[in-house]
Amino acid sequence: MDFRFTEDEQMIIDAVRELGEEELAPHASEVAEKGEFPYDAVELCREMDLFGIPVEEQWGGLGMGFLMWGTVGELLSYYCQTTGSVFGAHVLGQYPIMAFGTDEQKEKYLAPLTTGEHIGAFGLTEPNAGSDAGSVATRAELHGDRYILNGTKIFISNGGVAQTYVIIANLDPRKGTRGLTAFIVEKGMPGFEFGKDEKKMGWDALPNRELIFQDCEVPVENVLYKPGRGFRVAMDTLGVGRIGMAVGAVGLAQAAFDAAILYAQQREQFGQKIAEFQAIQFMLADMATDIEASRLLYQKAAWLKDQGEAFEMIASMAKVYSSEAVNRVTSQAVQIHGGVGYTCDFPVERYMRDAKLFEIVEGTSEIQRGIISNRLLREHRI
Amino acid sequence: MNIIVCIKQVPDTSEVRIDPETNTIVREGVPSIINPFDENAIEEALLLREQHGGKVTVISMGPPQAEAALRESLAMGADEAILVSDRCFAASDTLATSYVLSTAIRAIGEYDLIFCGKQAFDGDTAQVPPGIAEQLGIPQITFTIGLEVDGRKVRGRRMLESEFEVVEVRMPALVSVVKQINEPRRPGIKAKLAAKKKEVTIWDSACMDIEPCLCGLDGSPTRVVRTFAPTREIKGEKFEGEPAECAAAVIDRLIGQKII
Repeated sequence: MDFRFTEDEQMIIDAVRELGEEELAPHASEVAEKGEFPYDAVELCREMDLFGIPVEEQWGGLGMGFLMWGTVGELLSYYCQTTGSVFGAHVLGQYPIMAFGTDEQKEKYLAPLTTGEHIGAFGLTEPNAGSDAGSVATRAELHGDRYILNGTKIFISNGGVAQTYVIIANLDPRKGTRGLTAFIVEKGMPGFEFGKDEKKMGWDALPNRELIFQDCEVPVENVLYKPGRGFRVAMDTLGVGRIGMAVGAVGLAQAAFDAAILYAQQREQFGQKIAEFQAIQFMLADMATDIEASRLLYQKAAWLKDQGEAFEMIASMAKVYSSEAVNRVTSQAVQIHGGVGYTCDFPVERYMRDAKLFEIVEGTSEIQRGIISNRLLREHRI
Repeated sequence: MNIIVCIKQVPDTSEVRIDPETNTIVREGVPSIINPFDENAIEEALLLREQHGGKVTVISMGPPQAEAALRESLAMGADEAILVSDRCFAASDTLATSYVLSTAIRAIGEYDLIFCGKQAFDGDTAQVPPGIAEQLGIPQITFTIGLEVDGRKVRGRRMLESEFEVVEVRMPALVSVVKQINEPRRPGIKAKLAAKKKEVTIWDSACMDIEPCLCGLDGSPTRVVRTFAPTREIKGEKFEGEPAECAAAVIDRLIGQKII
């Protein structure tokens, strides 16, 4: 066991910290307030090669694994939550091609996603296929050398902005999850349009859009993995996505904690700094403990993934724990700020609104507990 | 076009601490960076190379750890890096430093342009760039905010305290730049990792034709007697009374001092 980063990893961390402090943090609140996609921040990340961290060098990546990817993602989320969320959603379109793509698919789609020339997105969720991901109603029908896609996806992160989408559609609804198939769909393919961009409680600058497929023709070579094996692609991608959610939650929680511990040492009441009250001190201690535990969980999940070992249960643990932790931490950060914490003059109110999403996306807390307990009962069957 | 860039590694803080005993900069515990103006010099050299082709060689005189600054310049895109380092260079003043750097530049050989930052962040003398040009006997354009190259002609726009001055010289020449001239690029991770594997050439006094009496303490006529942070003593004047009376008093005072 060794918790230290290598010299190369530390160099990357320092470079991302510098980028975050100088370029991302100063605009984080403005980006969120305006609700406009952070193209400038994405361009800066692209210039720094941040979109290629876990991808093999052959496809233009750094080949540094998901632990490093998570570490960088946490920092981006810490400095600018929107940029962190774009970074996280991007990999959902990138990872399935990296894990399941053919060399031709990797050359055509993975390479530009790795340089950051293209942004990626992943389309699974539908109005009637949320937690029940198997009941995808988007249809795919084979006509000669093309599949025809019909249906609607909703809430798709990076939707509209992304060039490359991995879309889960059903070849044969009678087969349920065994009909599911993953397709690589390009922005601009005829019959692929964007619908409503959701107005949300938080994350105003992250697009969560409707994807509409109306007789959208996708060439057969764009099937990812195998026809009928899309559920496997989706579940694998969601596993990585859950690490990503934990990463984002930790970055956000750390931002809230840092704001709170700073404020607690500045604000005076009853003739002393509020950080001198034990009530505040204990809150800070609980917040830091929550963050540390969340970070260790995502690091372990990412480490297991990098070792090629089963990581799904730990990823679910990281996701459920960190998403609930970030809600506690951001709420306490607002509490420590008191009245001003509830105003828009301080970022902690936004942090608290943003935090709620983590308990819902990429599998709700309830779904995570289901995954964890299923796994536990299978392992401990008597 | 062969371009040489002179850089200095400096402590990463605008509040440099001075050791009152030795009158030198305290380096312990302070992270080191490329002198910010030198980053502009590197950037300007890279931009010229992109337009005209050629080679960018970065040199630095300093202790062995200055290699980190040179690696950063390689990550930005410089072709070669040379660290000029020898114990006998220690305690060189600006004259001796100019001598050592110009000797190193002669040893490199062919060059068309030499770029420097306008001054170092720590010492703030702005004497080394002109010193190098004088030692080499070439024209110089200091405090440059804009540069045009046309054949062998170099036209620089100098940012002076209250005006701009346009100066034209012929290559080979030395140009020192101000920070407004460009926005230095931020190297990507791949370039940083690649730069770690590149070679930084190290030259000591034996590698160059150095006269020991012209460098280090022996070659430095300057003696720093005392270094201190200047204290700002601006006394404010307070006008008290009714607003209208105060305003009138202020106006009278300003007119009296011929300010308005």
